[in-house]
Parts: sequence; C-alpha cells; structure tokens
Amino acid sequence: MMEVSPGAESSRPDHVALRGVTKRYGGVTALEDVDFSCALGSIHAVLGENGAGKSTLIKIMSGVVQPSAGEMFLDGAPVSFPNPHAANDAGVVCIFQELSLLPDLSVADNISIGDPPRRFGMIDARAQRRRAESLLARIGCEDVNPLLNVRDLPLSRRQMVEIAKALAKDPTVLILDEATSALTAADVDRVFEILRLLRDDGISILTISHRMHEIEAVADRCSVFRNGRHIDTFDQGARSADEIVQMMIGREIAAQFPEKQQTPHPDTVLEIDHLSWEDRLKSVTLSAGEGEIIGLGGLDGQGQKELLLALFGVLKGVSGAVRIGGSAVALTSPRNAKSAGVRMALIPEDRKTEGLMLPMSITDNLVISSLDALSNGLFVDRKALETAVDDGVARMQIKVGSVDDPVSTLSGGNQQKVVIAKWLLTDPKVILLNDPTRGIDVGTKQEIYKLLRALAADGAAILFYSTDYEELIGCCDRVAVMYDGAIVTVLAGDAITETNIVASALNIEAQDAAKTVAGGPEATP
Amino acid sequence: MNTATGSSDLRIRIRQNAGLLTAIAVFLVFYIFYNANHPRGFSNAVLIQNSNEVFTLAMVAMAQTVPVLLGGLDLSVGAIMTLVNTLASHVMNGSPLQMLGGALLCLATGALCGFFNGCVVVFGRIQPIIATLATGAIFIGIALFLRPSPGGDVDGDLSWAATNDLLEVAATYGFAEGGEAAWFQPIAWIPVPLLILIAMGALVWLPYARSVTGRTVYAIGSGEGAAYMSGLNIERAKISAFTMGGFFAGVGGLYLALQTSSGNADIPQAGAYTLNSIAAVVIGGTSLLGGAGGAIGSIFGALVLRTISFNFRIFEFDPLLQPLFEGVVLLTAVSLGALRVLRVRNTLELFR
Repeated sequence: MMEVSPGAESSRPDHVALRGVTKRYGGVTALEDVDFSCALGSIHAVLGENGAGKSTLIKIMSGVVQPSAGEMFLDGAPVSFPNPHAANDAGVVCIFQELSLLPDLSVADNISIGDPPRRFGMIDARAQRRRAESLLARIGCEDVNPLLNVRDLPLSRRQMVEIAKALAKDPTVLILDEATSALTAADVDRVFEILRLLRDDGISILTISHRMHEIEAVADRCSVFRNGRHIDTFDQGARSADEIVQMMIGREIAAQFPEKQQTPHPDTVLEIDHLSWEDRLKSVTLSAGEGEIIGLGGLDGQGQKELLLALFGVLKGVSGAVRIGGSAVALTSPRNAKSAGVRMALIPEDRKTEGLMLPMSITDNLVISSLDALSNGLFVDRKALETAVDDGVARMQIKVGSVDDPVSTLSGGNQQKVVIAKWLLTDPKVILLNDPTRGIDVGTKQEIYKLLRALAADGAAILFYSTDYEELIGCCDRVAVMYDGAIVTVLAGDAITETNIVASALNIEAQDAAKTVAGGPEATP
Repeated sequence: MNTATGSSDLRIRIRQNAGLLTAIAVFLVFYIFYNANHPRGFSNAVLIQNSNEVFTLAMVAMAQTVPVLLGGLDLSVGAIMTLVNTLASHVMNGSPLQMLGGALLCLATGALCGFFNGCVVVFGRIQPIIATLATGAIFIGIALFLRPSPGGDVDGDLSWAATNDLLEVAATYGFAEGGEAAWFQPIAWIPVPLLILIAMGALVWLPYARSVTGRTVYAIGSGEGAAYMSGLNIERAKISAFTMGGFFAGVGGLYLALQTSSGNADIPQAGAYTLNSIAAVVIGGTSLLGGAGGAIGSIFGALVLRTISFNFRIFEFDPLLQPLFEGVVLLTAVSLGALRVLRVRNTLELFR
C-alpha cells in the first residue's frame, strides 16, 4: 500500500522508522499497520484530516503513548519510549499543538525546565538566563526578556519560546505539531528559516500543518494519512495540491469556498463608530450590512481580537459608539451582548478555555448560552431543550455517539462545531468569529465556510478574524486589514488578494510586500 | 503589542513579587506602629517575646506553602504540629545526647507524616484537601494517644535557652565566657526563634525552591499537564512537597513544646493553626491556584497576622472583639491583593 516515488530525498538513510505500528484506544483503532519512515536530515511533512492518526503517530514517536503492536527504529536500531523523557534522552523532541509552557514560570525557567544548569545542586539562575538568551537569539527573539513570566507574553511569542525550549534539549529528531498555527506570517518565515538551518545541521524534522502553502514552502518530503492508515509518501512537489487534498479526504470536493454573494448589502446591521480602547484600538470605524461577511486581517496582535472582545462587552473603558440596527447599544458584558436587543455571538479564540466546559456533556454545552430562552419560569423545559440539542447537532452535522457524553470526548473539529452550534441556538444577528478554524481539519473548515455563507444569506452580519489569508480571500465579501490597533485598509471584491492583504498588514506599499512574501522580511532592504 | 517584552529587569521582578513586597510593607507598618505605642517599644525584650509568639505560626505557614504551590491545600499541618508537639513532650529531656536524638526524632516524625500525605495523594490519586483531612484526623488521634491530657516533661534549660536571645543561650550553656565575650556582643541580642526562622528560610526553603524538585513543584501548580509533558518527575515532586510541609510543621511542633514546656493534643488549636496558615500563605502573596509565591512570603504573612494581635493587645479594647477584628483586617489585607481587579480592562483576564 505504500508507494515511494523515486527522488533524491528517498535515497537518504532512514532516521526514524515505524514498522507495522498499530494503536488502539479501547475499541477505536487510531493507527493501523503503519509503515512510515523519516529520512535523516530532511524536513518531512505529515498531512491528514483530524482523526487521520497524525497526532497518534507523533505521540508514539515521542513516547506519550505506546503502540499496541509494531516496532520503532532509530538509526536502524529498535527503540521503545515508555515516556516523553526517554524520547527526549534519545534525541526525539516534540513541540505539541497544546502549548507545554508553564505560564507562572519565567521564559528562562521554561526553556531549561527539563534539565536546568545547576551549581551545588541548585539551579544556576545566571547560567540559565544566558542559555535562554542565546537560544532566543538563535531563533531571532532577542527582544524577549527571559525574566518575564510566560503568562505575560503574546501567543506568537510563546510559540517561539516553545521552540527555544525544544532546542535546549539538543534534539536529533524534532517533531512539530501545528507549531505555526499561532504564528504571524513574519514569525512563520523565521521558523522556516530556523528549520532549514537545523536540517542542514543534520536534524531530522517532522512537521504537521494544515496550511498547505507552508508545507510547500518548507517540506522536502510529504506523507499523507487517512483514517489511521499511511496512504502515500512522496517528494514535495511530486503531487499537486489538489491531488494531496484528494488523498487526505478521499472524496471529490467541488470548491474550497462557497460562492460569494454578488448582491450589495444595503441594510446596515452593525455600525462601529470610532471605537478606542487603551492603546490597542485606535478609532476603529467599520460597518457591516445584512448578509455580509467581513474579514479582519493583518498580522497577529494588531487589535483584531480586542475589537471582537470590545464588541462582545469583555473590555472595560471602551470609547466610541456601536449601533445595531440603527440603535445604540452599550458594551457592558457578554450577557448583555447576547440579550434580545443586541443578539451578538462570539466564537472565541480558544475553544478549550473560553468556548467549552470540557467535562460537561455535549447537551449541557450546546444549551448553556440559551438556557434563558429554554426555561419557563424556574425550570428548564426538557422538551424544548431536547429539540434544541437535536437541532444544533443536525444543523452543524456534529458526529456524536451520545449527546450525554462529555464534550471532551469529541475530536477538535467536532468540538468547534459544538461551540458554533451553541451560539446558533441563541439566534444571533451579529456573529463574531475569532480565528475559528485554527487547528481544524480541511473537511470541517469547509463545512464552517458553507455555514457562514448560509448564515449570511439568512441576514446575519459576520465579522471573521482569521490568521489564514486563504480564508479571508475565499470567504469574505470585504476584508478590513488592521495595523497597530487601527483599520488601515478595507479591501473589497477582486482587490482581496494575498499581496494586498500582506501589503496592508505590514503597512507598506504593495510592491514591497511582494518582495517580502517571496524572500522573507530579511529580503526587504 | 509587545510592551511586556520590553520592561526592565527590576520592573519585572517587582511585578512578579508584588504579593511578597506588599506583605513586607504591611508588616513593617503594623510592627512599627505597635512598637511606637508600646511602653517598652523597640526593646529587645519585646522583640524576643514577639519572635516566640510568631515562630510556630510562621513554621506552619511555611509548611502550608509547599502544598499550596502545587495547587492543593494541606489540612493536616496543624495536626502534624500537634502530633510532634506531644511527641516532644515525651522525648525532649535527659542527657544532651538523648535530647539531640529526641529532636531528630521529632523532625523525622514531622517529615514522615508529610511523606505519608504525599504518598496518599500521589499513589492513592486522592485530592490533597480530602486526603489531608483524613490523615490530619489520624495524626490528631496519635497525638491524643501520646498525650491524653496536657502535660509532659521538657528540659528546663533547653526551653529557657531556645525561647530567649543568644546571650541567654551562652549564659545557660557557658560558652563565649557566659555571653560576656566581646566578639559575641554584636550577635548576643538575636532571639533564638528569629535565628531558626531565618535559617529555615535561607538554608532549607531557598535551596529547595531552587532545586529541580522545587522548580517542579512550581511547574505542577502552574500547569500539571505541561509539567508532565516537559518530562518532569511529577510524583517525586509532589511527595517531596508534602514531606517538606511535614518537616516545617514538625519544627513548629517541636518549638511549641519547648516554648510551653509541655505537650497538648489540643484539637481546636490544631484547627486554628491550619486555618491561620492558609491565611498567612495568601497574605504572603502565594496563589491558592498554585505556581506562584513562596514560603518567605508566608513568613511575612504570619508576621502580619500576629502583629495584628500585638497591636490589639496594647490598645484597651474588649479582648472578646479580637477574632472579629482579626477577621476584618484579614479580609482587608486579602482584598488588597484583589485590587488589581479594578485595573483589569479585559474582563476575560479575571478568569485566568
């Protein structure tokens, strides 16, 4: 079943190899009879939908779980890792999708957490700091003070610290699980530059990403997984993007993005009038018509998230005005934002902490925002509740065993569907989405795009922040690009191109931006 | 926005230790106020007396800190202190060698109780708060068995020396020319309990906090999953944290026996020490969620609590009002830590 294409890369010796590896969780088979190898000193991308077995693959390779059957080889010798520590000692280091940093400890503490420099049995704070400084410098993050608590860093910087932490373990095999999903475009370029340097040092790199263009930019070899099976391994460039998507989902997809609506949007639903907050939002003015999807673009941390949070009533001390359907609304709390006169919904950035109550059931999570509407006086109306739950599950096509299972048992994509379904039950007029497709498989992403278009067709106004340019281009009627807390450009129609978005995001002219995209930020004179 | 990444080292350190610095400031204000109003304020006699009154609570607060850093609570610290107290009332007499053995036995017992707690939590996979509620009852039971009614026999010389300044230690045991030697004078005024307290902080706590195991304790409180995924030894760190707590509580119990020359399996007293230790930990700037803070802060937390009652003592209020007053001041002190809430502009941060 494994088909290896001829090419320069495939002649390299195997660094890590799996033979006949199977992993079962109870009755579920996550990986089935997988033969897979990663060549020495190459960058190897692993592709597949959520549930394809990629996560299980890297968990086995990094010692988090043990295979039910099969063997693993490192440099030709059989190995088994009972725990992550053993894998690290053997030089296999993984950067997981879920950040492994300790928020209350400093950057320096975190980087050296596995094996801190010691003097007289105690941790040598100075040596630890020097080590952190040199590792941060190696990945171009000299601006991060190693004394800071990780809690006080923005998400993209935390991811860079995570990479520095992995390098501190001196890996020979580096595994990245969605390591770029939280990064800004400039940081992604920097990470790729580092990955190439590491590869040239003889480190083998295994990377998982959902962003196709990133894989094209950096990978030497690609492997596709589907339903726990290894489908194919080939040299980067040997298969077209369409072919790869075909292999991943195993079915024809008509179009990546649903058709945009060509009609103008005359009835303004949401009007944002000179909204400012602290120094993070600077006089933001924007309006959204009925049935319109407006994308929020730009580099990470330019105020897009704050704009959504301000609208949802999470931020205090916001100045300016917001009108919905022509009447002014007060931005006081999320509870107020979802009330009858406002009817706003926010799909939050982090579904695990802000979107879901993980130990509670799917039912409880689905109705948690609409309990007021579902109760008569004192008690919740069981019938109405069951109808609402069935409705939500059907509408979002959530794949559930039982709606009474904890929501944590669902896959990432299905969890995100629960978050969205929960808000749809409140029948929102204005829908705010904070990077809703991060870390989600292609199939679910497309379902979300279709849903957004359908909601817009029903008359909702949608504000859609995404770190993925392709989504902004494919999904949005207009794209407002933010820079340093202000909207610098609003692109519409054919003007929504990657070049224009990047140019506005960097707050430079389009011609310079083209260079930047091609050669990384260093290429800009 | 990256303003946070550009701050100076000093500002970062101040921000990270805001709780500790506040506790120190509050203590200094209260204590100076107390001395200024005391007829014999700023004298060594007052300092010795205060050191004695604060020592046991400070130790129990240090004991509580370590499990709290893990993100748990130890409801048995008062019981361990009581158990060691009753044990000490049996063994702290006889020849110097016997007393040395007795003291080591007391400290080992405290550590063993903590080790037992740690094992129950780690291997029984039981939440610390309920595990220590049960083990605390066991420890009190043993204490009652050891000392059914208050009493006991504690060496008088040692008791006198341990609760006074170094001058009296030298006079009692006849070194440094009975305390009259010229070289001895600069340190002769130091109260013994203060010295032990500083030693516990500097020679036991700080090395522990800076060891890999101590770092792991902070890491577990900050995010246990991430700590595990970082390849840290979670089980060893948890057991060590409770053992450390037992040890500190044992030091407190031993000292209490020397101070009172007796042992007493006093159940309400054990409970009061446990609750006050939690208050001291919080006032000292340690997060009840774990991961941030430290035992030095808890020492100052205990100092703040005790200084409140010192102040109460010198003003002629009805002593029956003291618990009420202490509660109000405690609430106020803890509310100070919550003041940042008023400055938070992103209400989502309140829930992190």
